[in-house]
Amino acid sequence: MSRPEGTRSSRRCLQVKFVPDEDVLKHIADDSGTKVRKDKAQLSVSVKRFVKKLENISDNEAQEILEEKNYVAALGICAQESLGNGSNISGGEVYSFQTPKRSNKMAELASELAQTPEKNVAPDHSKCPEKMAKTPQGKMFLLMHVFSLLFQNKKKEFVSTTPYRLRKRLAAPDPYLESESEYSASCSEEEDEEEQKEVSTVLSDQKTPTKTKAASTPPPRNSLAKKIKDQKMGNLVEEYFEAHSSSKVLTSDRTLQKLRKRRLNQQTLHDLLKNAPLAYAAEIRDLNQQHESLFSKWMLQLHLGFNIVLYGLGSKRDLLEKFRTSLLQDSVHLVVNGYFPSITVRSILNSITEEVLEHIGTFRSPLDQLEFITKRFKEDPSLELYILIHNLDSQMLRAERSQQILAQLSSLPSIYLIASIDHINAPLMWDQAKLSLYNWLWYETTTFNPYVEETSYENSLLVQQSGSLALSSLTHVLHSLTLNARGIFRLLAQHQLEKKDNPSYPGLSFQDFYQQCREAFLVNSDLTLRAQLTEFRDHKLIRTKRGADGVEYLLIPVDESTLADFLEKEDEDV
Amino acid sequence: GCFVFKPSAKKRRLSEKTAHEFRSTSHDSEDTELRFLTCQSLWNQIKSETEQIQEDLNKQLLDNLVSFLSRSHSDLQENTTKWTCRMKFREIPTAALVLGVNVTDHDLTFRGLSDVLQDKITPYVALLEAKDCPGIKNLMQKLMGQLMNCDVEVDSLEDEDCVQVSQNRIRCSMSSLISWYESVTKKTDSETPSKKRNSSSRHLQSPPVVVIFKDMESFTTKVLQDFIVISSQHIHELPVVLIFGIATSPMIIHRLLPHSVSSLLCIELFQSLSCKEHLSTIIDKLLLTSRFPFKLGEKVLQVLINIFLYHDFSVQNFIKGFQLCIVEHFYSQPLSVLCCHLVDLKKRVYSLSSDQCENIRRLPSFRRYVEKQESGKQIELLTNDSFLKEETEKLLEDLHVYHENYVSILRCLHVFTSSLPKYPLGKQIRELHCACLENQVWETEEYESSLQLARMLNKTDLVNMLQQCVEILMSSSGKEFDKTVEKLKEFLTQFQNLEEASQERDVAISSQKELQKKTDLYHLQKTLLELKESRRSKKLTKFEILRFEVVDYIDRLVRQYLVPADNRTLHEIVYFNAATVLRGHLNAAPRTALHTALNNPHWYLKNQALKCDGGGISNKAPDICIVYKLHLECGRLINLVDWLEAFSTVVTAGEEPNADAASSDQVDDIIHARFIRAVSELELLGFIKPSKQKTDHVARLTWGGC
Repeated sequence: MSRPEGTRSSRRCLQVKFVPDEDVLKHIADDSGTKVRKDKAQLSVSVKRFVKKLENISDNEAQEILEEKNYVAALGICAQESLGNGSNISGGEVYSFQTPKRSNKMAELASELAQTPEKNVAPDHSKCPEKMAKTPQGKMFLLMHVFSLLFQNKKKEFVSTTPYRLRKRLAAPDPYLESESEYSASCSEEEDEEEQKEVSTVLSDQKTPTKTKAASTPPPRNSLAKKIKDQKMGNLVEEYFEAHSSSKVLTSDRTLQKLRKRRLNQQTLHDLLKNAPLAYAAEIRDLNQQHESLFSKWMLQLHLGFNIVLYGLGSKRDLLEKFRTSLLQDSVHLVVNGYFPSITVRSILNSITEEVLEHIGTFRSPLDQLEFITKRFKEDPSLELYILIHNLDSQMLRAERSQQILAQLSSLPSIYLIASIDHINAPLMWDQAKLSLYNWLWYETTTFNPYVEETSYENSLLVQQSGSLALSSLTHVLHSLTLNARGIFRLLAQHQLEKKDNPSYPGLSFQDFYQQCREAFLVNSDLTLRAQLTEFRDHKLIRTKRGADGVEYLLIPVDESTLADFLEKEDEDV
Repeated sequence: GCFVFKPSAKKRRLSEKTAHEFRSTSHDSEDTELRFLTCQSLWNQIKSETEQIQEDLNKQLLDNLVSFLSRSHSDLQENTTKWTCRMKFREIPTAALVLGVNVTDHDLTFRGLSDVLQDKITPYVALLEAKDCPGIKNLMQKLMGQLMNCDVEVDSLEDEDCVQVSQNRIRCSMSSLISWYESVTKKTDSETPSKKRNSSSRHLQSPPVVVIFKDMESFTTKVLQDFIVISSQHIHELPVVLIFGIATSPMIIHRLLPHSVSSLLCIELFQSLSCKEHLSTIIDKLLLTSRFPFKLGEKVLQVLINIFLYHDFSVQNFIKGFQLCIVEHFYSQPLSVLCCHLVDLKKRVYSLSSDQCENIRRLPSFRRYVEKQESGKQIELLTNDSFLKEETEKLLEDLHVYHENYVSILRCLHVFTSSLPKYPLGKQIRELHCACLENQVWETEEYESSLQLARMLNKTDLVNMLQQCVEILMSSSGKEFDKTVEKLKEFLTQFQNLEEASQERDVAISSQKELQKKTDLYHLQKTLLELKESRRSKKLTKFEILRFEVVDYIDRLVRQYLVPADNRTLHEIVYFNAATVLRGHLNAAPRTALHTALNNPHWYLKNQALKCDGGGISNKAPDICIVYKLHLECGRLINLVDWLEAFSTVVTAGEEPNADAASSDQVDDIIHARFIRAVSELELLGFIKPSKQKTDHVARLTWGGC
């Protein structure tokens, strides 16, 4: 490289060895513009890296496959025995690192999946032509981009560790590009790369098939496979931290507010989903029937001292419920809805001591309680208890101490535990000691049932949900307050709504608020107001913040639309 | 909120019997009750056997500990007169018990230990676990509770009310403990001659109080330190002995405790048997024996051993896996009713129903066997039930004999292979066992190379091994080995004879030694060359010929007896081979299952529409799969609006594209709702979480493919 950039020159020297052709191209490209220099540097680095990789693709793959095989053999999987579940995937596939992708890759994939790209080009994606016009460099410059883009594409493919796909792509890189070129990405200002992609893909149609072919033919293998692999690993790690270190977010700025869609509350959501037909109902039923045939086996294994844990995609609530109704009708059992947001181990223990053992009295600590239960169950061998826990891995039961107590409970010989887990990291809750207490038998029960109950308690049905829940809680709390208190809150809410266009609105200062309340005959002293505010604060209805000048500002931590809804409702009531 | 409900509490009494009945009816096919009973009795046998093994293995350790404790105690006794010198030291006798990383196995050891101690040394044993003792207060409470309970056991009935008072006492302090101890020891002293002869004759006067810390590493240092300091203050009033259970290394004591505290301890180190040796013994006693009719197949054994070696080193888990194998086998294989001891076999074979006979005929190994017979017998076997039963009985007896021989010869082979350099066939007998089960071991390269190496063994080793083999074969229950033993003995005498003959050859050797005196390089080279040539041309010495014979003979034995079990007829009845089932239950991969379900729903939902080439998913896949697939394309943060748009693009394309434009708003709402559901499901699964970094964004929690 002849470019006299001090910092990067050393890296680029290396490059010459690998891709002399590109080097020539870059000579030309370099003259044409300085604006994109930074990007080019990155791209060329990736070119270099890719060329290296390309040499070793086949070696690497062979080796990876070999290693996987070793691991698989070590774990005693046998290839000829066909599996009833999906556990024949190697860990490498599940946990592989990938290059971070840019935001509009999603849209790309969507259109790819939709398979009707022309139709799906969104109307607001018309910015791209002008962007292309903004880069009026010569053809050679564009050519270079095509190159680097091609390499990048292929690099991505490679990293995804699916040899089959890779080979496919290597054999026919052009159709892929063509299909991409018909689609234009949604543009936001950060995405230089996208813009280049547009330019280059368009160009690739016109110009460069022969050259790209030449570049994509893999050079002869060499024996550096191992080393390269390490390097690749290193790069991926770097990429990971790169992607996570920058606070800059490479996504578009669109928000749901701008979408003219009304928010759905819990009820409408529920109704809508009820109306929507469940896809593949027949297949799901088949799947569930398969699992139901295991019920008697579960029962047997529970009696033999094992406990059963169910995993796999889909709600296992119905399945457990069916198990309960079909086999446990005649025995004492306890159903714990782990997904319920306010469940605690204490309440589980309480219901055992109070309802199952019919003990009246309290315990100083869960440990005491556990000891009491243990004693009772050991004394009386006729006592038997089945415990069904939906979502053992829920937020509330996840803690180490809760798991410890549950594990000890489950280790009692006459307590039979059957539980379900969903979270991908759920098994991390248990160490060896707990695992041996639980004495799990794992059953894969992929049901594909929607998690209706489990998600209904989450107030995190993302943004759409939070509003409605807050609204119901607002009205609920306010209804239990005095008329004056409600008036005070209304005042604050109205004030906040008036100021909704001011993004830096800090809240209403306490003094102003007091003044207003006095004028409305709602309070007679600032002490009463403070007492009232404390009550609001306890119910998380308001938030107070001290400004830079030491003044206290009051704010309702609810978004405007909810607040407006609330006021509307209040008006109706009054 | 009411989240727990407990129906049918009234029916409680019913449950007892249903549980029992259920067990027998749960199997769907033949002879279920018998099968279940066989399974249970077999398991109970194996369980007691394993417990016995564990006990035997721990015996050494426990004996050492007991002698240590009684010594520490007797020291105290002797020194009663010289309290002053004792007081100066204030050292607590402590046993550091290094048990290894397999924490889950420790429970059994401790249970055995406390039983032995209560039996031989002292009634006052307290077992403490870190999870019960977050603070010194809890520790004292726990300690007193346990000590006073054991007090009840020893002193039984008479003092019950007095004990109850002490239990209710809430103030748990050292002084109350001491006063309790004094009262207790005084009482036993006074009672000893009259009533309590039995119990207290075992325990010496003023027995020590043994406090066992099961998992010393997980205790908070503060608690430990406090306890040690306090009890060292009172050591002359309350003879405390500590036992630390250590999973890592004894160094941990000094890392946990500062010098000032650890100097209060008088530590003696005890090492338990390593878990690997434990496993070897278990395998030796459970698998390499013909005592139990049930056998593990190669893959199953491999899975169990791998879980042990790569995951937990826990013998308990190994046994648990073994139990699961038994249950699975008896549950899934209707013919397992024949998996019983030889004594019962005949009766069971003849009581087989015709369905069961069909089951036998359906066994692949049996079909292979039938094909080998001449046509007349084939027809008989396939049509005549009673003939089939006779044949089955014979085959099963053969199988039993095969096992007996197999085990003995395997041990003999192991004697040879375990002493070869680099252990081509493995150091442990379990490795050899797996190799032999897997396929015909004599066809493997490893076997070839180990024979090569065996041909180079020196005489003393060879004789040694042969003697061991003779012992093994003599002690084995197999009846066919008389000749083999004779043959081996003959080899031994031949070696003996060789020894005498070899003295004649000494002359030749001495002549060689003369040559060595000349240190001239040229000469040395020359002689070496000569030697080489002579060796090439020279015919083998007698010893070498004999050695070849021995190795060949062993080879013949191996070929004859170590046939893999898969080749035996009716091996399905006694061998459990469903390794994948076992692995799925014991060593599951929940995340892999999720990955498959999300990436390749066709695996589970056998619908043609879901079938897709290249491992991708179609646009008709379940919502959550599409949403998941789309989110994979994003970086750290995901814009919900973009996501929703992409989702609706896919879904509308997937559904009928000619949907009315008029109802599009309605459809939109439904799609919106479906999107919300899918996203919240992904959140539940832990792939994303809400983010405050940017409005309407969620953060991805995974990196890469899943």
